[in-house]
Amino acid sequence: MSKELLFISQHWDIEFNHAAGETASVFFKAIRERKEILGRRCPACKRVLLPPRSFCERCFVDTLEWVKVGKEGTIEAFTIVYEQFRGLPKPPYAIAYVLLDGASTAMVNFLKKVDLNNLQEALERIKIGARVKVVFKRKRRGRITDFWYELLHT
Amino acid sequence: MIQAGIIGIGQTRFVTRRDDVNLGELAREATIIALEDAGIEFRDIEAVVFSLALDALEGMENAERWCVEAVGGCKKPCIRVHMGGATGGSALHTGLFHILSGLFNCVLVVGAEKMGETQDAQNILNLIFDPVYEREVAINAINMCSFQAIRHMRKYGTTEYHMALVAVRSYKNALKNPYAHIKKEITVEDVLNSRVICYPIKLYDCCPRSTGACAVLVASSRFIKKLGKKRVAWISGIGSCTNSYFMGDRMDNSGLNDHADAEGLLIAAKKAYKMAGISDPKKEIDVAEIYAPFTSTELAAVEALGFCEKGESGICNEKGIFDMDGKLPVNPSGGVLTSNPISVTALVRVAEAALQVTGKAGERQVKGVKNAVATGEGGSLQFYTVTVLSRGI
Repeated sequence: MSKELLFISQHWDIEFNHAAGETASVFFKAIRERKEILGRRCPACKRVLLPPRSFCERCFVDTLEWVKVGKEGTIEAFTIVYEQFRGLPKPPYAIAYVLLDGASTAMVNFLKKVDLNNLQEALERIKIGARVKVVFKRKRRGRITDFWYELLHT
Repeated sequence: MIQAGIIGIGQTRFVTRRDDVNLGELAREATIIALEDAGIEFRDIEAVVFSLALDALEGMENAERWCVEAVGGCKKPCIRVHMGGATGGSALHTGLFHILSGLFNCVLVVGAEKMGETQDAQNILNLIFDPVYEREVAINAINMCSFQAIRHMRKYGTTEYHMALVAVRSYKNALKNPYAHIKKEITVEDVLNSRVICYPIKLYDCCPRSTGACAVLVASSRFIKKLGKKRVAWISGIGSCTNSYFMGDRMDNSGLNDHADAEGLLIAAKKAYKMAGISDPKKEIDVAEIYAPFTSTELAAVEALGFCEKGESGICNEKGIFDMDGKLPVNPSGGVLTSNPISVTALVRVAEAALQVTGKAGERQVKGVKNAVATGEGGSLQFYTVTVLSRGI
């Protein structure tokens, strides 16, 4: 008997059409139609949740009130990706969690318009605490990639 | 009151690929080793808890279907557990609940991982993020930990050098673990000079993708007495805690639940210590097997486990406190940094802690272990499990 081991190559190809739901639909429509970022306030702890959710995970109550937050904010965490991952963007790219003015929680998105080719130089500019602004795409489709962050004072 | 202990352990050598066996056959290898270790047979197993994480990593939905008969599960109750990286910890707890319910006396907790059969795990791990708000921002299992690392650095002055110390120690420990996947000596310079993957995480700050299996037999005190088993790792305390889904919720500057710290782990550990009657983990825990797929994850974890104050993990690593000859050895096995078979990684932590408690850890044995702690961590630092094992109860 030969000791040759055989292989079975397979590929998964599955499509989904995810419903954004009522809450995220309001959020995405405000971005698409008015370039506004909306959070949801918890009636109990008063936190403004961003991205908006229909409930507060800490107080267990439904959120009802929409709150327009600022289009500027502060970097709370970031990473700069230099590795190519299958199916993910071509590196380098930066991702940041930003606490927008008026929001109580940080929201993640790409941080663009920074030269990332030299890590040390990039780190001089991208820091926790650095101020950023929201920049909207010209053609908006009603999804999270309709906007990104850019550093202020550059 | 029913007490539960670990009576048998089986691990396969962790490797990049195993082309000679399928997933179930791999789980069977570990099961047979565990049965021999316990001195019991397939027919003694009353129920099976199957530890299996992301289906897409195996390329099969409900792959426990394919595997459970290979581990002696036919005609017996079976539960599959999937909690991401915490899977093995939650699976062990599920096995324990079977025993504590009084309905079962001997339960097999087993799983296997063959993630080496897919090309790039990170495009699958990107899928653990919701399709509405976060997935399109290219988050994956590596950079989600970068966010924690960068906050820890900012908050406490932790450095890439401190992270490197964790890698060097883990790699060194793995040299004495016959099951470890990555076996080579590295220096601090090697880590610091390795290529940046997702800053501040570099190549040697990352775990590998491993293939292998682990089996743990959990039994009731009654079963153990009947068997006459002497070297038992008693499960003296467990804790589990879930954090928010959104990492951004832990960046609100309230000082509560900061993403820099593993707050979920801290809460889970407090519960487990209380149950085990441990009031000072620094003194009473003799060894720890921590689920830390990245060096930075371990730095936050040792603080949450109460092995040092918040923000002091970097300095403690400089002092060698967590080295094999230090006060509180961490990951004598080499940990997740040198072997990460996701479906069973947290179960391996329990297995390794059990080996330490029963004095069967071979060359990686820490002397005089009375209490050992094992952790699991799943999702975006979301699900935590803590298990305390003791020589006696």
